[in-house]
Amino acid sequence: MTALDMTKKAGFALAVATIVTVSVFPFYYAVITSFETGTALFEVNYLPQGFDFGNYLAVLGQQAFPRNVLNSVFIATATVGASLLLAVTAAYALSRVRFRGRGLLLMTILAVSMFPQIAVLSGLFEMVRFLGLFNTPWAMILSYTIFTLPFTVWVLTTFMRDLPVEIEEAAIVDGASPWVVITQVFLPLLWPALVTTGLLAFIGAWNEFLFALTFTASETTRTVPVAIALLSGASQFETPWGTIMAASVIVTVPLIVLVLIFQRKIVAGLTAGGVKG
Amino acid sequence: MTDMTAPLTQARPRALRQEPDLEARRRRAAFWFLAPMLAMLVCVAAWPLARSIYFSFTDTTLTSLYDGRWVGFDNYLSYRQLSSGRAVWRGTLADPAWWNAVWNTVRFAAISVSLETVLGLMVALVLNVRFPMRGLVRAAILIPWAIPTIVSAKMWGWMLNDQFGILNDMMLRAGLISEKIAWTANAETAMAAVILVDVWKTTPFMALLCLAGLQMVPRDIYEAAKVDGVHPVKVFFRVTLPLVRPALMVAVIFRMLDALRMFDLVYVLTPNSSATKTMSILSRENLIEFDKFAYGSAQSTLLFALIAVFVSLYIWLGKVDLGGRKPA
Repeated sequence: MTALDMTKKAGFALAVATIVTVSVFPFYYAVITSFETGTALFEVNYLPQGFDFGNYLAVLGQQAFPRNVLNSVFIATATVGASLLLAVTAAYALSRVRFRGRGLLLMTILAVSMFPQIAVLSGLFEMVRFLGLFNTPWAMILSYTIFTLPFTVWVLTTFMRDLPVEIEEAAIVDGASPWVVITQVFLPLLWPALVTTGLLAFIGAWNEFLFALTFTASETTRTVPVAIALLSGASQFETPWGTIMAASVIVTVPLIVLVLIFQRKIVAGLTAGGVKG
Repeated sequence: MTDMTAPLTQARPRALRQEPDLEARRRRAAFWFLAPMLAMLVCVAAWPLARSIYFSFTDTTLTSLYDGRWVGFDNYLSYRQLSSGRAVWRGTLADPAWWNAVWNTVRFAAISVSLETVLGLMVALVLNVRFPMRGLVRAAILIPWAIPTIVSAKMWGWMLNDQFGILNDMMLRAGLISEKIAWTANAETAMAAVILVDVWKTTPFMALLCLAGLQMVPRDIYEAAKVDGVHPVKVFFRVTLPLVRPALMVAVIFRMLDALRMFDLVYVLTPNSSATKTMSILSRENLIEFDKFAYGSAQSTLLFALIAVFVSLYIWLGKVDLGGRKPA
């Protein structure tokens, strides 16, 4: 019996070890690669061989890359801000007020968040050209709302539905209008939900690739994912793996830190939204 | 914004017996609260979608967006009898490249989502057991999910590199392969590489959703099964699986929809490989790069239709409540 228990325990430990290794190893390998330059880069090393910051200096010394990071920060922040602003009032209406067609409206909003981005690409391209937004951050801010807005509305609606009715009733008895109920009663209670939803939407906007690739045309207007995807070396046939890994680490570490800090809230948000970030 | 503050000026202390009036006022306010969001969605989703579908019935080109003429279904399928008497079918539906992309997309979606579901469930079962440092392990599995898709494509592209890749090195050392393989460049292994990276990246999402479902299963059910001496495997299939099925169904449909529109990973990991080219990639290629704007629109419309049919079927057959629960 004890022998059986031991094997069971060992098997379980092995499963846990495998899960952790498979999850972490690729990023670990990217980090150690980012500290290698020259010939060291082309040897397979399982352990760090020292810390050469050459790749980081190279990528940050480029004209475009710091600009790309700023573009991404600006675009993601603006998209999330706009979406949350529009979503808070909408979520109040969808979660607290009874009206005909509410269920249908919710389903439509969910459907928008699920349909393929490529299906609107040509129409959006025309719109972006028409508004003169091509190759500016506004093209991305406009187009990203297509997935951040339905997502934030949906998640905030589920969160708001769970707030107790009594608080709202008390406010209404005191003569508060719906606008006052939202801004002074619900908003303070919603902060945790807003942070979670905002963070998930931020990650979505930060990672978006298709629209950013299509609506930018010069190196300085690219967002980070496009910049990394199109990072090229001195010649066309030589992929600069060292600088690519350094750039990848630079843009991924803040995300990982955020995700780890907010991990419990993120899991709650994912379950509420059922949406991939 | 001025409209939103309108209800504020109307606010007067009212007794509760005037509720019907209050309810009407709330409904009016609700309309103005919804209006900006709906206007935005019409602007960024409904209108572009309608225009894309319209473009697919014209001969619009990228350089002259407004000079397109109506051509009916020519971009989808058209039939012409040549003077020699030979019949020629044209359009997307007669294009082998399109059917290749359809096959790639469906194959990719089916295989990767199945693997993710099974692996996600397994990881969730492991994490559902209480053990020391469980929090740390759960944090660790969030890392692949947190890494941007483009970054994971590049990371794995490097690990799968034919000359200097660590995976070839590992497999050579382990004696699994006898020579280095160009995983992403070979037509036979490119799809496997894409699936591998996708499974690595999205299994955590599946695992977390499954875990949330598992944690809602009351523990005393397991206690009871243990007391009755039911075999753990039987408990899994008869008790656990039926209980987590609703959560699992929702996760599967979201992943499936995501996989059917796959673009970024394939674009970066296996560029220009016809073995992995998905519908989204082919459509964008025609739209932007080959200046077949209308033709690409027809392809994107077909993908949209496919996904719409898939969603309706799934809701109809599976009777899935996508919200997890009905709006109150």
